[in-house]
Amino acid sequence: MNPTHSALDLLSIAPPGWGGVLLAGALATVLISSGAYLVGMLIGLFGALGKLSGFRPLQFLLNAYTTIIRAVPELILIVALYYAGTDGLNRILAWAGLGPIEINGLVAAVAVLGFVQGAYMTEVLRGAILAIPVGQLEAAKAFGMRPALRFRRIVLPGLIPNALPGFANLWMSVIKDSALIAVVGYQELALAARVAASNTKEYMVFFLAAAVLYLVITIVSNMLFATLEAYFRRGQRPVV
Amino acid sequence: MDFSWIFPYRDLILQGAFLTCLLLVISVTCGFGLAIFLAIAQVGKNPVARWLAKGYCTFFRGTPLLIQLWLIYYGLGTYLPYVPGLRTSFLWPILREGLFFAALALTLNFAAYQGEILRGAMLAVPKGELEAARAVGMSPAMILRRIWLPRAIRIGLPTFAGEVVLQLKATPIVFSVTVMDLYGAAYKIRQDTLLVYEPLLLVTLFYVGLTFLITQAFQKLENAVPTRR
Repeated sequence: MNPTHSALDLLSIAPPGWGGVLLAGALATVLISSGAYLVGMLIGLFGALGKLSGFRPLQFLLNAYTTIIRAVPELILIVALYYAGTDGLNRILAWAGLGPIEINGLVAAVAVLGFVQGAYMTEVLRGAILAIPVGQLEAAKAFGMRPALRFRRIVLPGLIPNALPGFANLWMSVIKDSALIAVVGYQELALAARVAASNTKEYMVFFLAAAVLYLVITIVSNMLFATLEAYFRRGQRPVV
Repeated sequence: MDFSWIFPYRDLILQGAFLTCLLLVISVTCGFGLAIFLAIAQVGKNPVARWLAKGYCTFFRGTPLLIQLWLIYYGLGTYLPYVPGLRTSFLWPILREGLFFAALALTLNFAAYQGEILRGAMLAVPKGELEAARAVGMSPAMILRRIWLPRAIRIGLPTFAGEVVLQLKATPIVFSVTVMDLYGAAYKIRQDTLLVYEPLLLVTLFYVGLTFLITQAFQKLENAVPTRR
């Protein structure tokens, strides 16, 4: 058989081909990644504010969180948190007198990756907040703005352009880290490719196809982030 | 917490730690060598080489290491036996092992990230130094060897430390292609003893300790090369 023809057959969307499975996997990858990204951003925002709050015990706790998460390999974190998370939740449920539940793979993946992302987000956001010129904050204080208003009107708009390059890097890394979820058995793009490959014994075709799908995701996101940064940096003096 | 398994499994753990270190050393040294070519190709004038190096870096930085590893192990691995003469050659015992493919994937991946960093560092070398080298009559190859690369490596040194740590943290996934590295050992202990957290904890301590050593070593290296700001 003609090899290119057979590859096309294998990758067709309809069931004899595995294209549909791969696309569903790609969708799962994007879903997990964006969910984890948002969770991470939320953790990161509170983490950064906590680190800058000047409250010692909280700072110590957050420093421990970011240091440990960033020092331990992602695969180990994902495996440990996956088991510890489901285990811990079921223990709490048993303690509350409820039976154990089967945790949705998607939810677990988002929670685990989000917790890992949160540590990196904390550092990115902390740096971005510190990069806001102090004069702007002092001016806001001088105008009598309360902390909440100051945060919404001055800090948040000010930190976004500073944080965007870090955000872009983290988005790339969460997409690539999400492949590790395959190890704990949730079917996203990497595992979908592996299932298709081991069923058809066409390893080259399917792993290349998965690689191309990942590339499309990362390249499109790269362009989006470049546009976003150009938008948020409007009105800033260009750095020569 | 039950750590009574450490003694019976000590050989497995030590071998695993050795394999993890071996993979790190191989991928960092070979990857760095490859990265030099990638960086030179990207800042060079040859459009074909530049395009190829750019494409290489985009591919390896834009896809997960896990996919690259599986692509190389399962994809490339199934074609290798059909290469004439390879099965009977002395290389075959090495090429048959998962370790070879793991080292290859880690090296190619590291080279892509490192090549990109080195490219930036090469562009950051002050123009005046390169012009001065040209003015004293150095050939382009000599400028590269004596001025451009050493200066670029010095500029990129703080970033390299981070990359090496990232590379260490990337190594555990080789267990998915049957390499018994440190994480693979922990995985096997978990299967045998049904203990989930204790083996992971031990392995984690090793990775964190090694990370600390790497950052310290690079700190020493950075301090050893004086800089003037």
